[in-house]
Amino acid sequence: MKDSRIRGAEIVIKSLVAENSEYIFGYPGGAIMPVYDALYDYADQIKHVLTRHEQGAIHAAQGYARVSGKVGVCMATSGPGATNLITGIADAMIDSTPLVCITGQVASPLLGTDAFQETDVVGFSMPGTKWNIQVRRVEDIAPAIAKGFHIARSGRPGPVLIDITKDAQNALGEFNYVPCLGIRSYRPYPKVNENSVAKAAEIINQAKKPYVLYGQGVVIGKAEEELKAFLDKSGIPAACTLLGSGALDEDHPQYVGKLGMHGNYAPNMLTNQCDVLIAIGMRFDDRVTGDLKRYAKQAKVIHLELDNAEINKNVKCEVSILGNCKESLPLLTEKLKENSHQDWLSEFRKLEEKEKSAVVSLDLLPTKTGLTMGEVIRYVNDFKKDDAILVTDVGQHQMIAWRYFKYKTTRTQVTSGGLGTMGFSLPAALGAQLADLNRQVICVVGDGGIQMTIQEFGTIMQTQSPVKIVLLNNNFLGMVRQWQQLFFDKRYSFTELDNPDFIKIAEAYNMKASKVTERDNLRDTVAEMMVHDGPYFLEVVVEKEDNVFPMIPTGCSVEEVRLS
Amino acid sequence: MNRYTISLFTENFIGILNRVTLIFTRRGVNIDALTASESKEDGVHRITIEVTTTEEQVIQIVKQTEKIIDVIKSFYYKDDEVVYQEIALYKIPISSLDPGLEKVIRQYNARIISAEKEFVVIEMTGHKEDTKALLEILKDFSILEFARSGRVAVAKPMGTIEQYLNN
Ligand SMILES: Cc1ncc(C[n+]2csc(CCOP(=O)(O)OP(=O)(O)O)c2C)c(N)n1
Repeated sequence: MKDSRIRGAEIVIKSLVAENSEYIFGYPGGAIMPVYDALYDYADQIKHVLTRHEQGAIHAAQGYARVSGKVGVCMATSGPGATNLITGIADAMIDSTPLVCITGQVASPLLGTDAFQETDVVGFSMPGTKWNIQVRRVEDIAPAIAKGFHIARSGRPGPVLIDITKDAQNALGEFNYVPCLGIRSYRPYPKVNENSVAKAAEIINQAKKPYVLYGQGVVIGKAEEELKAFLDKSGIPAACTLLGSGALDEDHPQYVGKLGMHGNYAPNMLTNQCDVLIAIGMRFDDRVTGDLKRYAKQAKVIHLELDNAEINKNVKCEVSILGNCKESLPLLTEKLKENSHQDWLSEFRKLEEKEKSAVVSLDLLPTKTGLTMGEVIRYVNDFKKDDAILVTDVGQHQMIAWRYFKYKTTRTQVTSGGLGTMGFSLPAALGAQLADLNRQVICVVGDGGIQMTIQEFGTIMQTQSPVKIVLLNNNFLGMVRQWQQLFFDKRYSFTELDNPDFIKIAEAYNMKASKVTERDNLRDTVAEMMVHDGPYFLEVVVEKEDNVFPMIPTGCSVEEVRLS
Repeated sequence: MNRYTISLFTENFIGILNRVTLIFTRRGVNIDALTASESKEDGVHRITIEVTTTEEQVIQIVKQTEKIIDVIKSFYYKDDEVVYQEIALYKIPISSLDPGLEKVIRQYNARIISAEKEFVVIEMTGHKEDTKALLEILKDFSILEFARSGRVAVAKPMGTIEQYLNN
């Protein structure tokens, strides 16, 4: 009788295929070689993208996950390969990105002996993963992967790590994939409590100045339509967090802007004037709230949230509605009286005008000679499609691009929000692009951040992913320099950069590249980039010492937002 | 600050204790005592943790522990909401064994559980304050070693983990 058993390594691949994984972003090495060998036979069923660093692999998987809404998969070898995933794991955890990371491990008899390239990656990643496991037996591989996918994608999504010893990869076992549908100790979707919904509706119906703050929970819960219906009926003004951007069309008449340290003036200022604050799928990050002791104290807070641990964590609420907002929002909308809050809304519009004249017009239509980051984004807006995806790195360019990019549809915002990981954007843009080759992907990056993962130019070259990379070069670690200017008496300690010839680097990777130093060439070059068929690298040399405003300095209250 | 007992019901999964304690470490909350054991349910383990902190912190910690995939449910109680005991062992040199010591043992409802050539071991079960009081007295009897367990506790509220599992 023919032996139907296959190697553990092949079980890994077949399990990923069974989960409909489209891509593996990874990097090979000794302890994961059996899986790479098995992968060789499955090229028609699952694609592998060889990044140039494991950090690139995991950020690419994050970009892929954020755009596709599916679980991103990355793979690395043991030891240094595995530890190179740690930053991305922490990033995915705080930004609720579903990932399955597979790492090779030394053979089980060697575990604990400080064998070559042995690292306790399960221990390393324990506090940073939603779940992790070490698999030492071939029969445990498929169940671990099934459980991993279930955990990564359900409830509040997050990263999962599965560490598989080399002997388990080499051993023979039966392949019989049973998807995981539930775990006794894990209840990812708490049931919505109708009493809370009724109580919340009553409060909202009586409110004079209600105010909605929405976050990424709306995107994760696929509740964009439900949010819109809620707003349409209630007439309540709505502002978004960094990761919530795109969940609502910014042209919606009640959209009032972005929250937080570098968000818009009105939505921050008026947080301390609303009488009811309705937080939907957001977690009151300190970058949003500023000083908690002076945050929305006058308001009754209603929190719609999936993760029970977020409720009353930072801001105490009057009513919490635990559960998926896709489920809770319609129940709430149903109980609302139709309303419009025109007077209240016009207060936002008044302050918006103030921000326009004090900040926005200077950023978008500058009169000084130096180029601003804002005007670059203005042209990107002119030539982008509605569903274009903005991927940003971390720093001033991130905040400027976020502020001025026009979000029309969901899943168009990819950035490292909670962790603020420099080097994130280049590989994440690659992953975002592979998630949908028909969409425009624009990566906006600083001269500091690009050099943290610049080697991923190689991956972009190899995959010919048509990402548009916009480097906003100010020859500074700009965001840190801004703080040094404002809070450290202009002592620019180690923030000025001697930069390489980025154009030569891009060209060395066979990428079409242009550099803009004059305003006169900006518009046309951006236009050229946006229609270019294939990857494109655009470097714009911007004003060295521009700042991002508005700004709520750390420790200040939201209404102490500064315009200059 | 108050004393709280946290009861966690978990799957018997490798590393679970590590995962649970990490949550305390991260928040800088010291664990006063910890015990882990089986529960009445097959395959369900219980971890009992005693901490001294604010109620706000305890609530956060309980919610965070419940986020651990293999934690079934966490509860926290004030001292008057649990029935709890600790066990303490005291090792005393045989030379200290005199009528005075015997009187103390009886007075504290303790007992000798082992008599060796050179020492005896006294056992006492009770609340920390009681076992500590005995310790203070035994210091006068040249005590050689002292060990006390963490709290074992059952809750006074009548809900059970079984009900939760079947819900
Ligand atoms: C990995 C990492 N290291 C350090 C930081 C701290 N940091 C935040 S913004 C910033 C400067 C970014 O400079 P650049 O990439 O040139 O962008 P700019 O702010 O100039 O737009 C630094 C160093 C970080 N966020 N991530």
